[in-house]
Amino acid sequence: MTGANYLTETRGLRSWLFTLDHKRIGVMYLWSTLLAFFLGGVLAMLIRLELITPQKTLMDADTYNKVFTLHGAVMIFLFIIPSIPAALGNFVLPLLLGAKDVAFPRLNLASYYLYVAGAIMALASLVTGGIDTGWTFYTPYSTSTGGAVNLVTLAVFVLGFSSIFTGINFIATTHKLRAPGMNWFRMPLFVWGMYATAIIQILATPVLGITVLLLFLERVFGVGIFDPKLGGDPVLFQHFFWFYSHPAVYIMILPGMAIISEVIPVFSQRPIFGYRAIAFSSVAIAGVSFLVWGHHMFVSGQSVLASAIFSFLTFLVAIPSAVKVFNWVATMYKGSIRLQAPMIYAITFLLLFAIGGLTGLFLGSLATDVHLHDTYFVVAHFHYVMMGGTFIAFLAGLHYWWPKMFGRMYSETAARVAAALVFIGFNATFLSQFVLGSRGMPRRYYNYLPEFQALHVLSTVGSWVLALGLLIVAGYLLASLRRKPEAPPNPWGGMTLEWQTTSPPPTHNFLEQPVVDRGPYDFPPLETEEETVARSA
Amino acid sequence: MSTPQATAESQAHAPFLQHHFHEPVQQAEAAKIGMWLFLVTEILLFGGLFTGYGILRMLHPDAFHHGHTYLDRWLGALNTVVLLVSSFTMAMAVHSARTGERKRLVRFLLATLALAAVFLGVKYVEYSHKFHEGLLPGRFYSHKGDPVPGVHMFFSLYFVMTGLHGLHVVAGMVTIGWLLRRALRGHFSPAYYNPVEIAGLYWHLVDMIWIYLFPLLYLIS
Amino acid sequence: MSRLRELLMPAAASTVARDVDSLFYFLLGLSAFFFLLIAALTAWFVIRYRQGSRVRRGAAPTHNTALELLWSLIPLALVIVIFFWGFHGYISAAVPPADALEIKVVAKKWLWQFEYPNGLRTVNEIRVPVGKPVKLVMISEDVIHSFYVPSFRIKQDVLPSRYTQLWFEVTEPGAHRILCTEYCGRGHSDMLGVIHAVSDEEYRSWLESGGGLGEGMPLVEFGRLLYTRYGCEVCHSLDGSRLEGPSFKGIFGKPVRLSDGRTVTADEDYLRRSILQPQTEVVAGYQPVMPTFQGLLGEREINALIEFIKEQK
Repeated sequence: MTGANYLTETRGLRSWLFTLDHKRIGVMYLWSTLLAFFLGGVLAMLIRLELITPQKTLMDADTYNKVFTLHGAVMIFLFIIPSIPAALGNFVLPLLLGAKDVAFPRLNLASYYLYVAGAIMALASLVTGGIDTGWTFYTPYSTSTGGAVNLVTLAVFVLGFSSIFTGINFIATTHKLRAPGMNWFRMPLFVWGMYATAIIQILATPVLGITVLLLFLERVFGVGIFDPKLGGDPVLFQHFFWFYSHPAVYIMILPGMAIISEVIPVFSQRPIFGYRAIAFSSVAIAGVSFLVWGHHMFVSGQSVLASAIFSFLTFLVAIPSAVKVFNWVATMYKGSIRLQAPMIYAITFLLLFAIGGLTGLFLGSLATDVHLHDTYFVVAHFHYVMMGGTFIAFLAGLHYWWPKMFGRMYSETAARVAAALVFIGFNATFLSQFVLGSRGMPRRYYNYLPEFQALHVLSTVGSWVLALGLLIVAGYLLASLRRKPEAPPNPWGGMTLEWQTTSPPPTHNFLEQPVVDRGPYDFPPLETEEETVARSA
Repeated sequence: MSTPQATAESQAHAPFLQHHFHEPVQQAEAAKIGMWLFLVTEILLFGGLFTGYGILRMLHPDAFHHGHTYLDRWLGALNTVVLLVSSFTMAMAVHSARTGERKRLVRFLLATLALAAVFLGVKYVEYSHKFHEGLLPGRFYSHKGDPVPGVHMFFSLYFVMTGLHGLHVVAGMVTIGWLLRRALRGHFSPAYYNPVEIAGLYWHLVDMIWIYLFPLLYLIS
Repeated sequence: MSRLRELLMPAAASTVARDVDSLFYFLLGLSAFFFLLIAALTAWFVIRYRQGSRVRRGAAPTHNTALELLWSLIPLALVIVIFFWGFHGYISAAVPPADALEIKVVAKKWLWQFEYPNGLRTVNEIRVPVGKPVKLVMISEDVIHSFYVPSFRIKQDVLPSRYTQLWFEVTEPGAHRILCTEYCGRGHSDMLGVIHAVSDEEYRSWLESGGGLGEGMPLVEFGRLLYTRYGCEVCHSLDGSRLEGPSFKGIFGKPVRLSDGRTVTADEDYLRRSILQPQTEVVAGYQPVMPTFQGLLGEREINALIEFIKEQK
């Protein structure tokens, strides 16, 4: 690229560590969360390897318990929750709005350093005794077991603040820093998704904060609020925990949906079908998400009435999710579809998320949930939603905005091969786990009955294919940084504002303040059949 | 200094306007939105504790009723008055900043700081008395001769709730100290005083949470 | 068809299992339909409307209220049906019949203890009559566990703070597996048990014979069975390692220092007294926590245990 951009204008480590530029903070978040994903992935491979035989394969039960706990905690708190909002969102949200930065750049940097501090604390548990509670920290097991639980609960507390700061920034930015002419219904749907996510981050995360703080006080000062021996209630912990952690599922999936809502219109060159329905369904999901936490507790001894209400409300979440899926599919109708890497991942998302969402019906329904609760069916379900959904959407977004972020194009051929491997590997790994679950294999089992081995072997082999695919992704993306071609400002023909500036953008995003006079998906008219015939003749 | 309406000309060159805002009003409004959102998170943080309080009180009604008799309601009432007055002095500080009266601003900030210190002093007296009596949270509770079991649960919540609130008072004092420093250096003017304003919002929240804590802990009967 | 079913779920063996299964297969069919619909439409659009393909494109609508209402209301109607179906199954599984046989369950790291109304106690294994409702009243001694029988399609958390209940009526005789499904630490995946569903007569005679164990078994072998069946192994090791109670290794015939300062010899009489009145002569350095087995063990069983302990040299 000729001319200075945000990557080249200043140099040196200090210029990065003290930067207030949302793009640089986004990039630092990107590398950090990818590092966390790599670590969580290595732990996942260890889990799968251990489960290739019904008895001990390579580690003892205590180690296994610590490995799956850390896998969950790292993936949830260090990767999925921050990945799309804090890494990609930080980078593109101000660009999409035509703003120079987020509303509070210093708070943004503080968020990043809280993330780093939390990550170091969480990972320090590896050398200070490990943690074997499961990422859900259920009491009274978590208050009675040894290891580094105190450290990790504090880490989660700190990471919560990091997430809250991002949420505050996004809401204030969306309200106050939109470019002239950009009213609420000219905002790209990614912004709507981020806005809905930020609402949940702000409303739910504090409750997680107080929950882990109480857990910490319980362990250190024996306050006994969750301790049945002192008169406390261990199930109260579950209510508190899921009051955050179920909405947190939508902190994870809404940003994924938001990316898909950008990618599908651009690669179909068609306005999104039902803009308002998608925008409002994000907010609707955010709202209902606070009322469904009890569906994690159908067999915990809560009252039948409570279970019935939670089950019903859970089904209501299915409606806005279904609406989004139908809208995405309808957007492709009569479009001009290019199957480039971001679109390939978007379609992968559609298929995997559909499976993740539909299997949610089995778990939301009371009678079937009793059988499937805490089995591999649940494991498979949330991996389809979190990995097949959010992570694949993250890959779509990463491929979509990579040229904008780093000014380079990657190898499209390598991307297709990798996407195919990811799709095959993912389904082999997790489709088999649905069957394991419905046949009665509980989760978090170190030893299992020999009859389950065939499916476990399939799952483990699938995880190797999946890992290979992801290593190829890492390979060609990193290779693109060193090699040409350089990316044009608008490689995909997008109509949103980030494509109107250079790739990579200058430090203050736009050389001239953009003014908005149309919607985000007003693509030029597609050629008619006659024009196609004339052109190909 | 004393003209409340700054011209558009001077706004464009306002010394504290960050590069990504177009005008001071936009910056001030963004800051206010940010603080309100932060206050929402604070309310939910304490909301979690209030919920826990409600459930445990339902499980142990007698213990909570008996536990509160060990608290000195007059000291609690004194602290309530102290915080209410400090909210008033903080509001006056914001008003002084808005009208550009620097000396009054400094005086009111100092008064707020002093009242916050009094609050913590009273809390110190209360805490040390409880420590002395063995009225400690959960496992460490060593007070003898309670007519009902489970009083330790009341003190668990008493210490967690007032402790967390106390930390917020300390954080408020640090913020007010920082404002004081900036006020002495003359950073604030009628055109730029939103740090004082949003710190005021925070301080009122700290006060409001105490208004809820006081009856829930000291006035159960 | 039933082969296919067994590929997906263990054979149904309780009265509620059939309801659960029909809902499960309904959901499976529904999910398959919607998944194929989405996948087929996507594939069709991607192929037909690929860039440069010769098709009529024109101006497609950007929204269509009727269509959008349709694809909101159909899922809504479907989920309401699913909700009531699932709720119906849940209710019938939640309310035990009044005449149910009641068995007390105590869960602890990492075993299940059962107690029948007549005082018969078993560990990790129960015997129940086919065709009679059985109710479990459960409590945990330590952390949260969860009682799961896959072939009955039932599951219930077992809490340390209050009793929870679970009931079932077995339809198929045979052995049905119990699993713990709430993560509880190192032995979580080994916290297994078995429900033997037998005919009513077999159940009665088993119950009357005090479990009917050890018929025709050599005493030492019978003792080894009781050692695991009654959970002795939880506190008394065989390899000399110190658990809650003293190890059985090399204990027989040796002098034992008691907590009151006396020393006795660990002969048959002492072992017998320790099983029946465990609180009176506690070995020095241990807590008096062992429950009495008075009334739970017959003479032949006590003899078997003593013979078993003798063998642990």
